[in-house]
Amino acid sequence: MEIRGLLDEALGLQHLSGRVVLLEDCVETSAAFVLHHLLKRSLSQPLHSSNVVVFIAFAQPLSHYDRILRKLGCNLAAQRDNSKFFFFDMLMDCPDEDNGKGGDGGLVSLYGKILKTMSALPQVNKNCVTVMIDDVSLMEVAARGSTNLVLDFLHYCHTLVSEFGCSLVMLNHEDIYSGMVSPTLILQMKYLADILIKAEPLATGLASDVHGQLTVVNRSIVDGERSRNKPCNFHFKVKENSVEYFYPGSRT
Amino acid sequence: MAAEWICRALRDGALAGEHAPALTIKDSITSPLGFDVFAHVLSQHSTNISAGKSQSRGLVLVAFCRSPSFYLDLLNKRGLDTASSHQWIRILDCYTDPLGWKDRLAESASATKLSHEGLNMASIRGNVKDIDSVYSSIISLGKGFVEQGNVRFCVAIDSVNEMLRYASLSSVAGLISSLRCCDQISSVFWFYHADLCEERVTAVLDYMSTMAASIEPLIQFANRQRSNSENLSLLDQNFTRGKLHLRCKRRNGRVRVMFEDIHIGQSGINFTSASCEDGVINQGLLPKVQFNLQLSEKELKDRAKVVLPFEHQGNGKPVQIYDGRKSLTDGKYEIAPVSTGISDTDKESSKGEIIYFRDSEDEMPDSDEDPDDDLDI
Repeated sequence: MEIRGLLDEALGLQHLSGRVVLLEDCVETSAAFVLHHLLKRSLSQPLHSSNVVVFIAFAQPLSHYDRILRKLGCNLAAQRDNSKFFFFDMLMDCPDEDNGKGGDGGLVSLYGKILKTMSALPQVNKNCVTVMIDDVSLMEVAARGSTNLVLDFLHYCHTLVSEFGCSLVMLNHEDIYSGMVSPTLILQMKYLADILIKAEPLATGLASDVHGQLTVVNRSIVDGERSRNKPCNFHFKVKENSVEYFYPGSRT
Repeated sequence: MAAEWICRALRDGALAGEHAPALTIKDSITSPLGFDVFAHVLSQHSTNISAGKSQSRGLVLVAFCRSPSFYLDLLNKRGLDTASSHQWIRILDCYTDPLGWKDRLAESASATKLSHEGLNMASIRGNVKDIDSVYSSIISLGKGFVEQGNVRFCVAIDSVNEMLRYASLSSVAGLISSLRCCDQISSVFWFYHADLCEERVTAVLDYMSTMAASIEPLIQFANRQRSNSENLSLLDQNFTRGKLHLRCKRRNGRVRVMFEDIHIGQSGINFTSASCEDGVINQGLLPKVQFNLQLSEKELKDRAKVVLPFEHQGNGKPVQIYDGRKSLTDGKYEIAPVSTGISDTDKESSKGEIIYFRDSEDEMPDSDEDPDDDLDI
């Protein structure tokens, strides 16, 4: 299928198991569509029918994702009923009330919930789990600005990746750290990530039929050897129910 | 050479009455190859230890950022026999549950507790923040190798950054220096990302190490803020290539600096001497233009031979420098080079000269001079 797109090509065809993916965007160009794409890809690939997604939402309610994914041809409610989609709405359960211990912003109990969900899955599904976080900057807000706590949480998510072989997809905004002297959170996340997907506006400014550019850097190691995936860069146009990817200059 | 030097120094270990040699490996996001170098040093040193070639009889690996099974896999892939690994490696697991979240959750939910503890593992659950307990765990793991008093072991720490997140700089520095002082330790090495720490942290760690290996990009980004997308090929280069910059401090205070190129290929990490680095880098940095920015050697020689007009240095004639005003009397000097020049070119054809014909007597002096500046009006 031609529609596969450059993004899938850049990510490689196999399941992202054991990988940490960082989506990095900015105010001008949101990478939310990449998150939706990965969500749909994880849920609807017939090859991996045992795929499970654990979605941690700090940014939007379920109805938002449901509406978008339905346009992309994926029914989240049905997937949730099939126990293939687990949604943790962090907007709804206020961490302060939820956790009397305080101080940890509810992240410890959130980790506990994820661990419990994953442990309860049948063995077939265990290494096909994708944990998605939308987004880490709001998680930092929930942790009352404690970068260390967020990093602890991400560390524990990383232990899930190495223990179960699942994958971790997280979204963060680059420009909110731009003025800081030591932007450690985004830098730490970059070190943590195997695959970095960066969305940014065109260097030449706005254009009507190009909405921005994506850079995919895949430095994951396949079977102990560094994979050949070269960093790649392409333009995209977000449409009503699909996204077009194309190389710079390939459209007239 | 630098990488070999590191491995040799770690292998030779400590002298009696001296602190154990310590190696810092650091990198930054522009050239994130530090972990590969760490893994290389780890596996080389493990090979030495398991073959009994090293002063240390065992290795204690403090794992903060990768799981113990990752390291056993890594060593296995590098051709080390992990079946007998318990004889020479012990892993202190600070990765799986550094803050005790899992324990806490397991208690409340009575879930099955995952246990990694094997023959050659120990884990610290929940009290990684307590650096003293990390120290005593390292020592007690190492004591496993050390039956007699004079046998030593080596300590490797895979991420000082993580440790610094859990504890203060002074306690981390205290841990490292007490490891170096310990009689049973032959060498210590650790890895960290330099750009995640303040400068003083880097300085402290550099001071405490006898060897500091930093991985630098071959080509620096001219502008850090510039987006990656425009430097894709540079970015690609920096993920597979880098420069190892090693600074070693001798006992007598002499500092030696070594460079080496790193290349990470399909088959693993390669080190090559960086003799031709400057030329390559400069060539890589220069934009491709259609004209030459530099002269070739022949051109340089030829240029040196050119006799400048009206300066006949060294041929016996008085030095005459053209000031734009000399006229008739100098006519012969103007003509002379032409006549002699022809015959000279037969003798020494490589000699260059500038031939200058004055067009006419009316030629104006140089434009920046005011011909009337001596008038008092």
